[in-house]
Amino acid sequence: MAETAPVRVRLGAVAWLRANLFNSWFNTILTLLALFLLARVLPSLLDWGLVHAVWWAADPDVCKEASGACWAMIHEKHRLILFGRYPYEEHWRPLLGLVLLVGMIGVSCNHNAWGLRLAEAWAVALAAWLVLMWGGVAGLTFVPNNLWGGLPLTLILTVIGLAVAFPLSIFLALGRRSRMPVIRILCRVYIELIRGVPLISLLFMASFMLPLFLPAGVGIDEVLRAQAAIILFSAAYLAEAVRGGLQAIPRGQYEAAHALGLSYWQARRKIILPQAITVAIPAIVNIFIGLFKDTSLVAIVSLTDLLLAMRQAIADPLWRRFFIEGYVFIAVIYFIVCFFMSKYSQYLETQFRSEQQH
Amino acid sequence: MVSPTTLAPVVFWRNQRFRLALYQAVALLLVIGVGAYFLSNVVANLNERSIRTGFGFLGREAGFRIGESVIPYNASDSYGRAYVVGVLNTLRVSLLGIVCATLVGVLVGMARLSSNWLVVRLASLYVETVRNVPLLLQLFFWYTIITGMLPPVSQAMQLLPSVYLSKSGLMFLSPVPHAGHPYMAVAFVIGCGLAWGYRGRARRRQEATGQVPKLLLPSLGLILGPPLLAWLVSGAPTAMDVPVFTRFSFRGGSSITPEFLSLLAGLVLYTAAFIAENVRGGIQAVPHGQSEAAAALGLRRSTALRLVILPQALRIVIPPTTSQYLNLMKNSSLAVAIGYPDLVSVANTSLNQSGQAIECISIMMGVYLTISLSISAVMNVYDRHVALVER
Repeated sequence: MAETAPVRVRLGAVAWLRANLFNSWFNTILTLLALFLLARVLPSLLDWGLVHAVWWAADPDVCKEASGACWAMIHEKHRLILFGRYPYEEHWRPLLGLVLLVGMIGVSCNHNAWGLRLAEAWAVALAAWLVLMWGGVAGLTFVPNNLWGGLPLTLILTVIGLAVAFPLSIFLALGRRSRMPVIRILCRVYIELIRGVPLISLLFMASFMLPLFLPAGVGIDEVLRAQAAIILFSAAYLAEAVRGGLQAIPRGQYEAAHALGLSYWQARRKIILPQAITVAIPAIVNIFIGLFKDTSLVAIVSLTDLLLAMRQAIADPLWRRFFIEGYVFIAVIYFIVCFFMSKYSQYLETQFRSEQQH
Repeated sequence: MVSPTTLAPVVFWRNQRFRLALYQAVALLLVIGVGAYFLSNVVANLNERSIRTGFGFLGREAGFRIGESVIPYNASDSYGRAYVVGVLNTLRVSLLGIVCATLVGVLVGMARLSSNWLVVRLASLYVETVRNVPLLLQLFFWYTIITGMLPPVSQAMQLLPSVYLSKSGLMFLSPVPHAGHPYMAVAFVIGCGLAWGYRGRARRRQEATGQVPKLLLPSLGLILGPPLLAWLVSGAPTAMDVPVFTRFSFRGGSSITPEFLSLLAGLVLYTAAFIAENVRGGIQAVPHGQSEAAAALGLRRSTALRLVILPQALRIVIPPTTSQYLNLMKNSSLAVAIGYPDLVSVANTSLNQSGQAIECISIMMGVYLTISLSISAVMNVYDRHVALVER
């Protein structure tokens, strides 16, 4: 269908102001109130963050003299914040891993590239990433899990968590809609149990109870335990999102697949799931964003993720007073990733909608 | 279904019903098997470490102090009582948080729909910033701001007369307990009942006669009148407990700890951003034709909003908002990171002291599960109540 663009009326500056800021007495009051607020806050914020900020200084005393922000602190501590306790000389390895990850994400953004090939590429990239982090082969020194930290740890917990939880969640969602009562009840109980408790309690369970569940002598390290908790947690939430997608598929699709003689799994793989997951993408991306933010909770069970690495960096008595700069720095990192994901999900939604119309 | 008489008899392992039963039996056995394996490991591990299982420890003396509590508590009380304190603290911050987050969320949601360009921008800035930064980071931020940047208690900021803010928290005046207060509470409940009854009568009268009775002022009078009367009858007590700074600290008045304050601020600001999005989405989802039709019927803008738009928007807004309430309640568990003695914090301390890991974590999860499931049960009933009745 050919669409004509709506006629855009261009308003002059004064007309625009009248239409958008002063179109009623109530709005006029609101505008004045907002302007007053901005006039109070904005100048001092700019003063602190830009005008009087110290950008480069090796000596914290320089910052103490200045009235503005001490971005020099970030400059001084950025490697500790970004990579945690990972051995200093080996920082190129997590950095290379990050570059690899960003590259893979860049490729995956093109949704026409989605498919088995891409999944295989992801598997290879994830394996390469882990090898880079662990080392122990090809002349790389071995770095145990408990030294991993900072942004790479946050991203590993998120990406591996999703990579394992997503397939699991599909089985859970299918199980919840199964016609076999036992399977249906088991899946339902699991999903409701996990969704009813906070992630913290699962992390505590993983770090205090999991060792008791395993035979004596079998120990798993803290990172793996937290990873397990994150996988179990996000699988339940993803399952609900996928179930929402499954419910949106018209009955006719199931019946048509059945009529074609497809088996249960053939129908799910070829007909139902591709449609259901497309419908569920916005919900799934929201869970991705939530999960990325929630990995910060591992700081409570003492894993040095981005948040805890930053807190350790500002524990340095010399730079302690500049904690706000530290919080702002990692808040910006979290913000960029989450904001990108939510914008991308909106883009995908419009893409799929327009594809359906053609 | 194909009738079996027209086909050759099926071998039993190809029989659909047999297969379904088999799959389910295998799944059940698998779950039981894994559970039994874990259980045997737990028993062996506990024997080896000579830890006794069971909830007997709940009666033993806890031996740790709790920073703030709704009910009287001291270190010589039992673990059981410590848990009650933790649960009550969780409920206190959750309930207050839900009320405040709803108010802020609705305001911001309306602001995002405003025709004022500046207000829309500011509201979006707030929502986008807060939603895309982890809650734990925000909690740490508020806590460090309150304990690190506010003046010490000797130079507390005076926000309002007799309301002070300092790094030791918020100090404010409160009425001195008086024998008349319980009666006022009872009178308030009675007043609410009367107002509800009046609303029903007014509605019946409107249906019978077509006249629209006044609703707002009479109900306000019915709700506020009885407590006011009780106050007057009990001698109109006006004594206030005012915080006064003496030498090193404040005496008198009521106070809110910095932990509670930062947890509440973090939870409210974070959840309100999500609620604002729900409100905006819900109001936008009501088709424009509805408000046009209401206008065509001659309804005033406010009446149309109250009788036509909001009832439809609420149906869309309420389910996701409930899950935000549940999230707020579960997120209050992050209190443990900033030292507010909520359920998780109490469970964590008693776990470290008593070594009863399984019991302590099970109690914690059990309580959260109970609260979550009961809220969702109530909300399901409500959903059914407001669900669209289709022909």
